[in-house]
Amino acid sequence: MLDITDLRVAIGGRDVLGGVHLSLRQGQVHGLAGESGSGKTMTGLAVLGLLPHGARATGTIALEGRDLLGLPQKELNKVRGGEVAMVFQDPATSLHPMLTVGRQLTEHMRHHLKLGRAEARERAVELLGKVRIPGPSEAFGRYPHQFSGGMRQRIAIAIALACEPKVLIADEPTTALDVTVQAGVLRLLRGLCDDLGLAVLLVTHDLGVMSAVADQVSVMKDGLVVETGPRAEVLRAPSHPYTRSLLDSLPDAPAPLAAGLADGAAEDSQEDRRADGESA
Amino acid sequence: MTTLDIRDLVVEHRSPGRPVVRAVAGASLTVSPGEVVGLVGESGCGKSTLARAVCGLHPAAEGEITFDGRRVTPLGLRRRALTGIQMVFQDPYASLNPRRRVGDQIADGLRTAKDTTTAPADLLERVGLPREFAGRHPHEFSGGQRQRIAIARALAARPRLLIGDEPISALDASAQAQVARLMRDLAVGSGAGLLFISHDLSVVRLIADRIAVMYLGKIVEVGRTEEVWADPRHPYTRALLAAIPQPDGLGVLPAELPGDVPDPADPPPGCRFHPRCPHVMDVCRVKEPDFGPAACWLHAPE
Repeated sequence: MLDITDLRVAIGGRDVLGGVHLSLRQGQVHGLAGESGSGKTMTGLAVLGLLPHGARATGTIALEGRDLLGLPQKELNKVRGGEVAMVFQDPATSLHPMLTVGRQLTEHMRHHLKLGRAEARERAVELLGKVRIPGPSEAFGRYPHQFSGGMRQRIAIAIALACEPKVLIADEPTTALDVTVQAGVLRLLRGLCDDLGLAVLLVTHDLGVMSAVADQVSVMKDGLVVETGPRAEVLRAPSHPYTRSLLDSLPDAPAPLAAGLADGAAEDSQEDRRADGESA
Repeated sequence: MTTLDIRDLVVEHRSPGRPVVRAVAGASLTVSPGEVVGLVGESGCGKSTLARAVCGLHPAAEGEITFDGRRVTPLGLRRRALTGIQMVFQDPYASLNPRRRVGDQIADGLRTAKDTTTAPADLLERVGLPREFAGRHPHEFSGGQRQRIAIARALAARPRLLIGDEPISALDASAQAQVARLMRDLAVGSGAGLLFISHDLSVVRLIADRIAVMYLGKIVEVGRTEEVWADPRHPYTRALLAAIPQPDGLGVLPAELPGDVPDPADPPPGCRFHPRCPHVMDVCRVKEPDFGPAACWLHAPE
């Protein structure tokens, strides 16, 4: 469905991604794990052509044979929101606070699918029902602040799905949510993926979330994919030492506290160095 | 000996034209010196309001809060006497003054404790940052480093109770466990109590001696961390723990808790959890369980 080969991204002369290979299949959730700064989010943004200013990307991102990296802006605009959609981390900031949910749901539908006002509305209400918002037709006229965090994320997912995308990129979609709400959103994502045959790229640092919904798991470190494989293999019998260290650092792992603290110190100095580099 | 004693605390939010919201509706909790108490619950359950009431940032409508035998009164604009309680807030991007050097901000804390021997740099060292960072401004630091500075500032005032109101939720995942452990080590090391508020159960489990679970303004279960984790008694605690996805590679979707959190302005009668509870009985709909450690009719005392 979507094949990323040798994707390299450099921002201001610094390599952020150093040759990423990933392939998404229809009806499957592909999990992308790794710590912050490993390039998970950049990979997601590169697919949509949303990289920050001054970023240079090379390699290929092929959506059904078409290279998205080489597309002119106008063509890319048809892909974004149409064929590839994205769900962001924080639904409180990704939804527009001053527009009704209905407006945000229908705007791109009318643009991409060329639907009329009434048709778009009908489809929007249907979508709200599909993501299990209670009272979809009333919800259509409400504003984002009138919904809880979990409901807002469901709305963001509905917006992403409105134009029947083939690929959905979900960047930490449940990180800002409570565990009980997270469970609901994860079930929804999995269900939609199975029913609609979406290819989902799920970016998350939470290996538990990964284990719950992903079919394939890739682990990233320093801009490179260090391990890819089926969920059970990567999480139960990791072959790369970095994946093992990630799994060992989980609170459920019977790792001694002292070892965890030593790890923490090592990561600390790394963090400090990064900050030093930035300020210098 | 307890440092902090909260008894039947009620905190109300009043806004014109809206019904009164009882954000905290009769909660009791104690924190002892050198003890870490984790307060968990979904967003909107009143955890933060409780923390703010303990600091005197919200007046208590009923019940009382005593700190070292003295009542906590609402904080005014005047110089406060109560510097024994210090708080670390959620967002270190907002809680540090962007225009002042971090060393000066830490020095404020030292001044309130009338401490003339410690230098701000000593505190930076204690939170694991280089001494020379004292001359820098907050924008030069990453989120994790800023939160360490906020912790250093809170510790400078020599608190006997440290409160962390979601201190890790604005941080990157890799920094969360480190900062939480650091708070625990520093608080326990100085003999202070720590009230650690978070919606992230896995981190609370890592650092807390006792866990208090809050639902819709009430504390529904309190217990030693290992016991609550191994044998949760209240159905809500069970649902919370069951909702945590396990990284076992089996592809098991976490259990979903049906329904939404009810409106705190109009809580359900009887037990507040009964509309969502899988074990609901007749008594739950009419009578509120007001006992501990698990406030549930399934575990009613004889």
